[in-house]
Amino acid sequence: MIALVHVYALAGLLFAVLAYLSLKDSEHPRRWTTAAFWALLALAFLAGERMPAWSMGLAVLGLATLAGFGGVKAGRLKSREAAAREASARRFGHRLFLPALCLPGFTVLASLGLPRILIAGQPLVDPAQGSLIGLGLGSALAFAYALRMTGEALRPALDEARHTLDSIAWAALLPLLLAMLGSVFSKAGVGTTVAQLITENLALDQRLPAVLAYALGMALFTVIMGNAFAAFPVMTAGIGLPILVQRLGADPGPVAAIGMLSGYCGTLLTPMAANFNIVPVALLELSDKHAVIRAQVATALPLLACNVLLMYWLAF
Amino acid sequence: MNAWPLLGIALVVLGFALRMSPVLVVVGAGLATALLAGFSPTETLVLFGESFVKHRYLALVLLFLPALAVLERQGLREHVRDFIRKHRALSAGRLLLLYLGLRQVLAALGLTSLGGQAQSVRPLLAPMAEAAAQPATEAERQRILALCAATDNVGLFFGEDIFIAFGAVLLMQGFYAEHGLMLEPLQIALWGLPTALCAFLIHGLRVARLERLA
Repeated sequence: MIALVHVYALAGLLFAVLAYLSLKDSEHPRRWTTAAFWALLALAFLAGERMPAWSMGLAVLGLATLAGFGGVKAGRLKSREAAAREASARRFGHRLFLPALCLPGFTVLASLGLPRILIAGQPLVDPAQGSLIGLGLGSALAFAYALRMTGEALRPALDEARHTLDSIAWAALLPLLLAMLGSVFSKAGVGTTVAQLITENLALDQRLPAVLAYALGMALFTVIMGNAFAAFPVMTAGIGLPILVQRLGADPGPVAAIGMLSGYCGTLLTPMAANFNIVPVALLELSDKHAVIRAQVATALPLLACNVLLMYWLAF
Repeated sequence: MNAWPLLGIALVVLGFALRMSPVLVVVGAGLATALLAGFSPTETLVLFGESFVKHRYLALVLLFLPALAVLERQGLREHVRDFIRKHRALSAGRLLLLYLGLRQVLAALGLTSLGGQAQSVRPLLAPMAEAAAQPATEAERQRILALCAATDNVGLFFGEDIFIAFGAVLLMQGFYAEHGLMLEPLQIALWGLPTALCAFLIHGLRVARLERLA
């Protein structure tokens, strides 16, 4: 059975190659620290579950130090000239879309179709992790296909990928670090403390104030935690269930659904949701770190107001 | 109740407001919160390590970048630009509106992986929107690219919640079940529809307004 560990091994392999290529790149401005960063990340992906947890904790501190103090930077890229790219664009035309479409196509296939194929009674792909496995295998397939179709050589392709990966390394690391901060917050009881503070200090025996407190609380809490899933159990146990549903008799269906979507409005507003709001800034090479959040404010705030009204109307 | 760990939140807010390196802010706040909550250094390291290993899947999207590098070396962006210039009817506003609607509908059908910041925004949507809008200044160009990323997020968030097998719906159902309230997933998922519609109207109006700017 193809499981998530195999995809992690694939990623580990890529990071190990990046470490090796950085090490060999004598013109790289941060050669050693960049190589160390990718090597540590390769270790975490290749052997993370077999290493003692405290040593992985140390590795995380190492990764953060390397990325946080500017140790990982992109080197000089010998990119192809614009004229060569234009010519190749005319030569391949729409065929250039095929490898790019290979990824979503394969991801859907791996989450819906492949787990149903049984080999010796075992599903071909772990059914619980279909789309992540599809993402990994589809990416590898797209790479191989793109190389074959265009006749591009491996080394310049990897160098170009390394240039992008070096420049977004810190942003790519951030979602993992934020998930880690979320674990620390929940183990330290930050969520329950905040919910307690809210419920103890607000007299919520009328519909509108209770709806406001729950919807805005979900949004605010999601801004803090970066994840509506982390906010939901805390806010619903604090306000949604005991006050809205049990005391005021609201319909639990709309309370939960619209409450969660109020949290999603918070996701649009926070740098803590790094994979949605910070990673694209790096991918699109935008100069303002908060450019994506800025582009979302004018959608998130009116939508949050809509959620409050919808919950008030639909839940009662 | 130990309220000291709440200082961790304050540290995060302060760090982001001062525009310090987000990586250092987050790890610093994690360390501070752990110490204030009274965890030992070893406990803290173990918690860091376990959580990091468990969340490695968040970095898997990087695996797509080598394929993207090949395609961009071979002129994918140039091809997308030429394609858009040949089809003048596809303005930036219409393009983003179309993308928003498609992303919401597909996500509502559970096909959330048919898109994403690395998978579709950087290689396809962003160069398309840029070619269609023909921004006059660099600031305008960056605003359009940021709006592309925003449109992918809005489409995903306010579509996926309607799909009954989606994690959020199951989380809500599970939470209620734990507290003795039995609901069908559909009884929750359907209530995501009004908000999804509002999201399409609000964000759709914003991207459609791009036409007049361009």
